[in-house]
Amino acid sequence: MRAHATIRLGKLSLRWRPRTAITCAGLIAIGFALAIVLLGTGTLAFSSAEVVAALLGRSENPMAERVVWGLRLPRVVTAACVGAALGMAGAIFQSISRNALGSPDMIGFTTGAATGAIVQIILFGAEPLAVSLAAALSCMATAALVFLLALKGRVIGGYRLVLMGIGVGATLTGVNTMLLVASDLDRSISAQIWLAGSLTARSWSHAVPAALGLALIIPVALLYARRLALLEMGDDAASQLGIPVERTRLAMVMTAVGLTALATAATGPIAFIALAGPQLARRLCRSPDVPLLSGAAMGAVLLLAADLVSQRFPSGLNLPIGLTTGLLGGAYLLWRLARDAKV
Amino acid sequence: MRRQRRRWWLAIGILALALLALVSLAVGSRSIPAGTVVAALQSHDPGNDLHLIVWELRVPRLITAVLAGVALGLAGAIMQAVTRNPLAEPGLLGINAGAAVAVVLAVTLLGLTRPAHYVWFASLGSGLAGAAVFLLGRAHETGTNPVRLVLAGAGLSIVLIAITGIVILNAPPTAFDDFRHWAAGSVEGASIEAVAVLASCTIAGFAIALSIVGGLNALVLGQELGQALGAAPRTIWLLACLAVMLLAGAATAAAGPIGFVGLMAPHLARAVVGPDHRWILPSSALFAALLLLGADVLGRVVAAPSEIAAGIVVALLGGPFFIVAVRRFRVSRA
Repeated sequence: MRAHATIRLGKLSLRWRPRTAITCAGLIAIGFALAIVLLGTGTLAFSSAEVVAALLGRSENPMAERVVWGLRLPRVVTAACVGAALGMAGAIFQSISRNALGSPDMIGFTTGAATGAIVQIILFGAEPLAVSLAAALSCMATAALVFLLALKGRVIGGYRLVLMGIGVGATLTGVNTMLLVASDLDRSISAQIWLAGSLTARSWSHAVPAALGLALIIPVALLYARRLALLEMGDDAASQLGIPVERTRLAMVMTAVGLTALATAATGPIAFIALAGPQLARRLCRSPDVPLLSGAAMGAVLLLAADLVSQRFPSGLNLPIGLTTGLLGGAYLLWRLARDAKV
Repeated sequence: MRRQRRRWWLAIGILALALLALVSLAVGSRSIPAGTVVAALQSHDPGNDLHLIVWELRVPRLITAVLAGVALGLAGAIMQAVTRNPLAEPGLLGINAGAAVAVVLAVTLLGLTRPAHYVWFASLGSGLAGAAVFLLGRAHETGTNPVRLVLAGAGLSIVLIAITGIVILNAPPTAFDDFRHWAAGSVEGASIEAVAVLASCTIAGFAIALSIVGGLNALVLGQELGQALGAAPRTIWLLACLAVMLLAGAATAAAGPIGFVGLMAPHLARAVVGPDHRWILPSSALFAALLLLGADVLGRVVAAPSEIAAGIVVALLGGPFFIVAVRRFRVSRA
């Protein structure tokens, strides 16, 4: 199998790698399978045939149709969109910082989102919708602040950006901890619950904005994907190849911030997906390209799988999705490390 | 020129630390005049309340803050050197997460509420987590691949943090109340026994760090070049991990998870003294001690007669300070 093929349409040329395409298709298929199982999971269990019938509107059971369309589909769509957004955002951040540890959690954007949410919960005792909005806005405000701080003579270094992100993130962590320690216990606990991330009680008012946002941002990201891969060679080499370095970086960070804000607003912070999705996808694809689409597909699959586990988990233990992803993802990573001779 | 400059910087740092130490003995929920502090230090009078406060409360607290700072600064500098990653910090080896999960289990399952008891659980947790990362990351053969160890640390940390969160959310609210105060990171209520443990771990860690300092300089140049210069990556890695575990484990046990100091101090040290680890290690330790002690003092002054935990103040002030420093100095990468 050739490593890549090129499609030319006049001036436009598209390069694609069969292995990447197959991986993405496989991941998407797994994602759909998981979604069908998830739609049948809950207090009222349905078989996959019943779920498909209900989805197509051909079910004889009106109850199944109402439960699947009204309650479970929004949750599944939210999970898939958030997973995809986090996976793609992680791929972008890792590429820009040229660091396998560079994820939106690392450079302070998730912390910024948490600050907004915690302030809303602890100081104002706000409703869930207001909390989501505050999280998204403060995520973007944090990103803007990090960007302005990293600006030096109209140039934003990738490395300086990461360091500024760490500084801002640490300051906000201090704010968050102080709010959590100083407030009364009840509100502090609700803030802690938001911080654990959640998929329960997601309605179409969560799923539709997430899906629309994703549909808007993904094409922008794909447009810059090739330039981003060249940027990894270093700023000097990339600008010699004719890449507008600063503009590419700005555009990509803005897309990644948008994706993170969208995900955090929909579910609260969810650990690990942004870090692990792109890493796993890159290993599966064995391609030097930035794993944007495959990272997104992997992120969606990871989040759906985690949701399935947390719902099927026996016992009355409260297992928030953001922590389940951490538990499963971390365990998977450790298992791979223990098994493989080289990583 | 540079040699001259860095001597000056270090001298100023030590002087500042001495002054801060005196201030830290004087301020608190009950402020003590400087003259009385000096008198108490010169001749301890067990009948005098103020002397008792100085000796029983403030001196152990001062020593804990300085030692924990030194330990975190050293551990951070070592981590960043051996992983060649400027984002590396001691917490990457799973140490903070291990301590946190042990404390949470002690609070929820055993019903402990006194910070003095947490110390032992935190030490146990960070020790076990460090050892697990060590084995999973195959530190003994990792000479050629530091990524593996970092991944093992990150993976274990995530699992442990998730477990901590799940236990907390399913526990009664009072357990969360105890835990949130520990997690803020504070040197309040440091006992003299804990100080002894911290001191011996810090000294041992410092000794190990000094024994590999030449190797660190070589390794920073890269694996191949380092080896060509005569460094033995495997031995250095083993010793470095051991030192980081001793240092960061003891600091976390004594003062709670104070994350940012170990990340920031090495960057400041490199900005001031350049790329030589014979200078970076001591100055990173000095800066970290300054930061932590300063944060502790400030937390007592600002919120008097109550106080803000040192871990919070470090993050609140250290963050902006770090930003200014990075913008002002040219920060070298590793």
